[in-house]
Amino acid sequence: MAAITSVGETPLAAPAGRPRGMQARRRRRLNLFRYVVFTVFGLFLILPLLAMARFSLEGAKLGTWSLAAWQQIGSYQGSGIPPLVSAIEITLELAVITCVVTLVLLVPTMIWIRLRAQWLARTMEFLCLLPLTIPAIVLVVGLGPIYNRIQHYELSALMLFWVYVILALPYAYRALAAGLSAIDVTTLSEAARSLGASWFTVIVRVIVPNMRQAVLNALLLTWALVLGEFTIAFLLLYSNLQVELYSISRNTPNAGVIFSTSFAALLFAFVLLLILSYAGRRRRGRG
Amino acid sequence: MAVAATTKTGARPSWPGRRPSVPAWVGTVPFLAYVAIFLLWPTGIVVVDSLKNPNGNWALSNVTKLGDPLVRGYFIGSFKLCLISSLIGAVLGAILAYAVASGNPDGVVRRLYLASSGVLAQFGGVTLAFAFLVLIGPVGLLFHASWYFDFPWGITLIYTYFQIPLMVLVFLPAIDGLKVQWREASENLGASAWQYWRYVGAPLLAPAFLGGALLLFANALSAFATIEAWENQIAYTVPQQISTALSSEVGLSNVNVADLLALGMVILVAIVMTGYALLQRRAARWLR
Repeated sequence: MAAITSVGETPLAAPAGRPRGMQARRRRRLNLFRYVVFTVFGLFLILPLLAMARFSLEGAKLGTWSLAAWQQIGSYQGSGIPPLVSAIEITLELAVITCVVTLVLLVPTMIWIRLRAQWLARTMEFLCLLPLTIPAIVLVVGLGPIYNRIQHYELSALMLFWVYVILALPYAYRALAAGLSAIDVTTLSEAARSLGASWFTVIVRVIVPNMRQAVLNALLLTWALVLGEFTIAFLLLYSNLQVELYSISRNTPNAGVIFSTSFAALLFAFVLLLILSYAGRRRRGRG
Repeated sequence: MAVAATTKTGARPSWPGRRPSVPAWVGTVPFLAYVAIFLLWPTGIVVVDSLKNPNGNWALSNVTKLGDPLVRGYFIGSFKLCLISSLIGAVLGAILAYAVASGNPDGVVRRLYLASSGVLAQFGGVTLAFAFLVLIGPVGLLFHASWYFDFPWGITLIYTYFQIPLMVLVFLPAIDGLKVQWREASENLGASAWQYWRYVGAPLLAPAFLGGALLLFANALSAFATIEAWENQIAYTVPQQISTALSSEVGLSNVNVADLLALGMVILVAIVMTGYALLQRRAARWLR
C-alpha cells in the first residue's frame, strides 16, 4: 500500500517512515503521548544527576554554592584510606592496561580464527560471551584462591587487570566481531601474504587499520567498564575509584567530594560514549 | 595423533614451498589459556567447593542446603527484587522505546535517548546509589522519602533507573521491526487501533518483550554494587550475603556458604539466560 500511495508523490516522502494515511487526530494524539513520555522519563533520568551535581556544588552551609568539592578531588585524604587521587591514578592505569591486554588478546586471535581455524569460531564466541552469564559476584568467589597466589608475587591493585580483561571480553568481542565481519579478511590477508608479508604484518598493518572504528568501540567500552567496576575490587580488598568513593562515604557520609568525583566520572563516560556514537555515524554517512 | 588430525582440517594446503607450518589451533592457545585460567578455573572452583566441606571432603548433600530456610530467604529476597524491578523496568522501558521509535529515525530526540540509554544502562553501582541518596534520601534535595531504605521498594526505584534504559536498548530493534505496511494492511481490512495491537502488534512483540524482561531479571540478579552502597548493614539478597560470607565465616558452619550461594546464582542465571536466548531467536524472525 505504501508503494501505491507514493507513486504520485515525491520519492522523498516514502522513507520518512510515517504512515501516509494516518489521520491528523491520531497523529496529534501520538505526538501528545510522545511529549508526555519524553518529559516524564526525561525528568526521572535527569533529576538524580542534577541532585548529584547540585550537591557537589554545595557550600559549607546548606543552600550556598561553592567549588570546594571539585577542588578537593586532587587533594582529598580520608582517615585510614589511601588518598583519593591515588585511587584515581590506579583506576586510570588499570583502564589503560586492561584495554591493551584485551586488544592484544582478542584481535590477533579473532583474525587468526577467521583465517586459519574457522572451526573454533563458535567456541570463541561462546567463551567470550560467557562472562555475561557468570555474575561478577560469582566470579569473585572462585577468584579468591587464584588471587591468593597472585598476591604472593605482587600486591599492587594493578593486578586486577587479569580479571577485568575477562569482564570486558563480551563487550570488546561484540564490537570487534562487528568490525571484522564488515571487511574481507581472507582477500586482504592473501594479498598481503602473496606480497611477502609476515603474519604479524598482516594483522597489525593490514587488517587492524581496516577495522579502526571497531577497535575504537572496543577500547571505549572497556574503558567505561573499568572506571565503573566495584564488585571485584571491593571483595578482593583492592582499592580502585569506586571502592574509594564507597569508603569515603562510609567514613564521612555526604562528603561533597564523592559527588563531585562521581559526577566527573559520569561526565567522562558520557563524553566517551557520545564520541563513540558520533564517530559511528560519520563512518556510516561516508559508506 | 590428535595433532595430525587437526592439522589436516585446520591448516590450508596452499602456499607451497613454506616450511611445514604449526597446526592452526596453536595461534589460539594464548587466548584459550587466559580464559581457562581467569574464567573457567574460578567457575570450576565455585562448583567444586560448593560440593565440599570446609575441610576438603566431598559432600554432595550440600546442594540440599540451598533449601535451608536461611539460604532460601536470600533467594526469595533476590527473586522479589529482580521480579518487581524487571517487570516495572520492562513495561516502562517498552513504553519509552515505543515513544522513541515512533519519532524521526534520525532525529535529535532518538539520538539523545539512545546515547543516554547506552550510558545509563551501565550506570549502576555506587554512584547511582549516591545520586538517589541526595535526591530522595534522608538528606534529599527533592523530598525525603520515608520508604527510601525499605526493601524492596526503595531499592527497586534505584534499580529501575538502569533497567529502563537497558530495556530501551534491547526492545527498540523489535519496535523498529514493526513494518508500517502491517499497520496499513490491518487498517485496510477495517481493524481498529485496539484490534491492530491485540492481534498483530502484541503477538509480534511478545517474544522480544519477554526476552527483554528476562535479561533485566538477570541484570538485577547479578547487581551488587548498587545495593551494597544503598544499605550495607542488612543482607536482603544473595549477592549481599555472598559478600558477607566472604568477609566473615558465619552461618551454616559446615558448608562453604559463599560457594553454595554462588552455585545457586549460576544455576538461576543459566536458566534465565537460556530462556532469553530462546526468546531472542523467536523474536529475530521478524527483525529482517
